[in-house]
Order: sequence, then C-alpha cells, then structure tokens
Amino acid sequence: MSDTRRVTVEVRRLNTHYGTRQILKDVSLDVREGEIMVIMGGSGSGKSTLLNHLLGLLRPTSGTVKVLGKDINTASALDVQELRTRMGVAFQSGALFSSMSVGDNIALPLREHTRLDAMTIGIMTRLKLEVVSLAGFEDLMPSELSGGMIKRAALARAIVMDPKLLFCDEPSAGLDPVVASSIDDLILRLRDAMGMSIVVVTHDLDSAFKIADRICVLDQGDVLALDTVAAIRNSPNERIQNLLNRRTEEAEVDPDAYLRRLLGERARQDGEDDSQQRHLP
Amino acid sequence: MPQRIVGVLDRIGRAAVRGMAEFGYAATLLGQAVFWLVLGRRRRQAVRLAPVVAQAMDVGIAAVPIITTLSATIGIMLAIQGIYSLKAFGAESRVTLGVALSTVREFSPLITGILVAGRSGSALAARLGTMRINQEIDALAVMGISPVRFLVTPALVAMVVMMPLLTLWADLVSLFAAGLYISSQLEMSMAAYADEVVTLLKMNDLLHGLAKSGIFAVLVTVVGVVNGSSVTGGAEGVGRMTTRSVVHAISAIVITDMFFAFMVTR
Repeated sequence: MSDTRRVTVEVRRLNTHYGTRQILKDVSLDVREGEIMVIMGGSGSGKSTLLNHLLGLLRPTSGTVKVLGKDINTASALDVQELRTRMGVAFQSGALFSSMSVGDNIALPLREHTRLDAMTIGIMTRLKLEVVSLAGFEDLMPSELSGGMIKRAALARAIVMDPKLLFCDEPSAGLDPVVASSIDDLILRLRDAMGMSIVVVTHDLDSAFKIADRICVLDQGDVLALDTVAAIRNSPNERIQNLLNRRTEEAEVDPDAYLRRLLGERARQDGEDDSQQRHLP
Repeated sequence: MPQRIVGVLDRIGRAAVRGMAEFGYAATLLGQAVFWLVLGRRRRQAVRLAPVVAQAMDVGIAAVPIITTLSATIGIMLAIQGIYSLKAFGAESRVTLGVALSTVREFSPLITGILVAGRSGSALAARLGTMRINQEIDALAVMGISPVRFLVTPALVAMVVMMPLLTLWADLVSLFAAGLYISSQLEMSMAAYADEVVTLLKMNDLLHGLAKSGIFAVLVTVVGVVNGSSVTGGAEGVGRMTTRSVVHAISAIVITDMFFAFMVTR
C-alpha cells in the first residue's frame, strides 16, 4: 500500500454522543485517493453514525473530520457548499426526490451548481444513466423503479458532478444476490474509470470482500480493525472472526442489570433526553 | 406524593423548554428563508422563479374554487344574521355597514387563512415530513443545496404573495354575495348597494385585512415547515405532524388575529 497518495478523508479521534449515550469512541481513519474503503459492522455498531459525520450531517462531540483537505465542521458555509459539489452520496434508500422524474433527479446537481445549458445537462444526465445501465429510464418516476434500479439511479445522481469522493450507504442491502453483485461491479468500475475514492458502508461480507481495498471494522463504536482484505480475513481477533463466520456472540450477562430490565426500570440515560430534534441542515 | 409533584413539575418544565426551542427554531427558519431570498444569488444559490410559480399555483390558483364557495356563503350568512339582528332596532338598512366592515376586516382574511392552512400548510408539512424520513432532505444537504433555500423559501414567497390576493378575491366575492341577498331583501338595487359599500369602506379597512393575511401566510408556512421537518417515526409520524401543523396553524391564525385587532383597531 503506497502511502504517497493524497488523503481524501481524514478522521481523527472522533467521539460522538446521541443524548448521553456514546456512539463512536475515538475513531480515526484515512481514505486515500482512488481507494475503496469499506466500513463494516453489525447493526448498532455506529457505522451509519460515522457516515453521517463524514457527510457533515451531524456534529461530533470532539475530534475532526477532514474531507478533501477541509474540516467539514469548521469550514465556512460557502466552503462546505463548494466541498459538497465535489462529493457524491448514494443513500441506502436511494433518497430520490419522489416528485421529480429520474432524469430530473440526476440533473438536479447540474442545474443547481453549474451554468450549463439544458442540452448539455440532458446529455450529461443520459451519459450517467448509461454508466449505471439505466438508459432510457429518465422519464420514469422513482416510484416506478425496482429496488436495484433505485440504487443505480441514486449512484448516477451521486456521480453526475464527477466527484472526487463517493459515499455509498448499504449499496447492496435489500437486493437479490445477482443485482447486489452487479452494483458491486458498478462501484469497482466507477473507481477504475474515474479514479475516485469511494467509502462504502455495508454489513454485507461478500460485497465488502469483493470491492474493498481496505476494511474498517466497527464494533460498538470502536474501530476493531482497519486493514487490507487479506489481513482482515486472517485476523486472529475473535470478534472479527465471529463477524466473518456469522457466529452470534453470547453477551455476558450482568445479573443486576438483567433483574433491573425485567422489573422494567429503564436505564436513566436512555430516557427522553436522547430524542434530539433534528433540524433542517 | 412530593415525588408526583416533582414529576408533574418536571414534565411542565420539559414541555416549556421544548416549546421555547420550537419557537426559536421557527424564528431561525424564517430568518434563513429570508436570508436565502435576499442573498441567495450572491452565495450561488439563487431562489428560482419556477418553483415559486409552481407553489403559487398550488397555494393560490388551485384554492380559488373553494375560497369562492366559502366566502360567498359567509357573505350571505353575514347578511342574513345582520338583517335579523338589526331588525330589533328597525335599522335593517344599516346592514351594509356591518357586513362590509366585518367581511373585509375579519372574515375574509380569517376564512382564507384557515382554508390555506388546511390545504397548503398541511401539504407542506406532509411533503417535508416524507422527504425527511426518505432522507431526501439529507440528500439535498449533501448535494450542497440548502434545503431551506430549495424547499422553504419558494413556499414562503408563494404564500406571502398569494394569501393577500386570495383574501382580496374573498372580499369581492363575499361582498357581492351579501349584496345579492341584501338587495333582494331590502328592495334596493345592486348599484345602490355597491355605491354604499364603496362609500363606507375606507382604504384602511382593506389594508387591515390584507396585512393580516400576509402575517397568516408567514404563520402557515413556518408552522408547516417546523412540523414537517421535525418528523420522526415513519409514516405515522408524518400523519401526526401533519395534523399538528393544521391545528397549530389555525390556532396561531386565530390568536394572532385577535392580537392584531387589539393592537390596531382601538
């Protein structure tokens, strides 16, 4: 692994809380140019939270997140806006705007951030639809698409500005194995063709091993391991092996806590204070 | 027992803090919406005309049939009640004054505001709520498109422009409908009625109603946006916040109406 490539995402000692519950504990990681980094972990491991911090949608308790050389939490609003035109995001649900056709969805970043004429925007939109094998679907509404098509349309929208950095949240979740595999191929092709750095959040092991250059394994907010695919496969760490071999873990039982739970006494910190109201960013 | 009292106080305190936070959020949103309207172009995020027009069609033009029907009904209703109550003094001929003033100053803005809150305020809340749970709001943000500029400002501008226009239309329709009833009951011509209305109504009365409807427009938009963007908990949450937005918007309209009248009329 050559370390000379530019770092596109740099996370340093990131600590985050949801209410009083700590979600991420001292997370640090780097993503280099042209690299596919897979963030892996089970449900509740904090991987979605980490992604939201990388996107600047949440504010950390402490630590820094630098994207393309700028700290996303302290940069000025204009800088962040400019930064965001250089990164693309494909959300788990696709998050296509349901009131717009597929073509309008994909064209939106171009219409909002560039002064290109309608003709050029149309060509670029159809070009990206070709890339994700959705040519000819631009007039359909998102509700008329299948799950796999929605994910691909979301990818097309994410790459329409030719970003240096692409984030994919669970690209293969909820898809059948063949379609999931085709999405993986698409991600690999995008990296090879455009040389972008790609951060993929997933819990799908097969997909992770297929596309990753390096894997970051999150477990209850800790970075359990951050290494190449081969190293992760051969890791002696028991928890990683459990994850890889799909073994369930026996949680150690604390008799007192167990009794309290049975009596219905909620842990105090999980009370109402946790429900942070999320506002328009 | 003391524990229960503490519990009650605790809940009251939390509710008060939440309420204050919501007020603050509403004020921030309004400020941001105006900020983007004024400075959007300079920050490379201009507010486009097309979505404003689309919203205006939705908020304004599409509401014309129902506003027409209801304001005509209100006009006739006022005329009937006016003639009935003035009969006690044998002063039926003075009914035009009451109808004209109450329509233009109170009923038109109020009915328009309540209808728009029910039609468009709720739609705005539902749309934003659905977008929130589908991550569409996050998608906008990470694209570098301010959700406030893209979603809230067009709705606000459309509302503030269309609501007074709808109110003006409601004024005309209900005065006309009241005139039909009054002229038939009191055996006066429509022309005489119209003449009387024009003499009785001052510009001030008209502006009083229109200014109020402008304020209602802001209230309906802000309440809709605050509730819509605070949605949590899936489809049920969207339904809950939509209902809440209608109830809050109508309450805000009625209460503001009273305050406005109190401050300006005496």
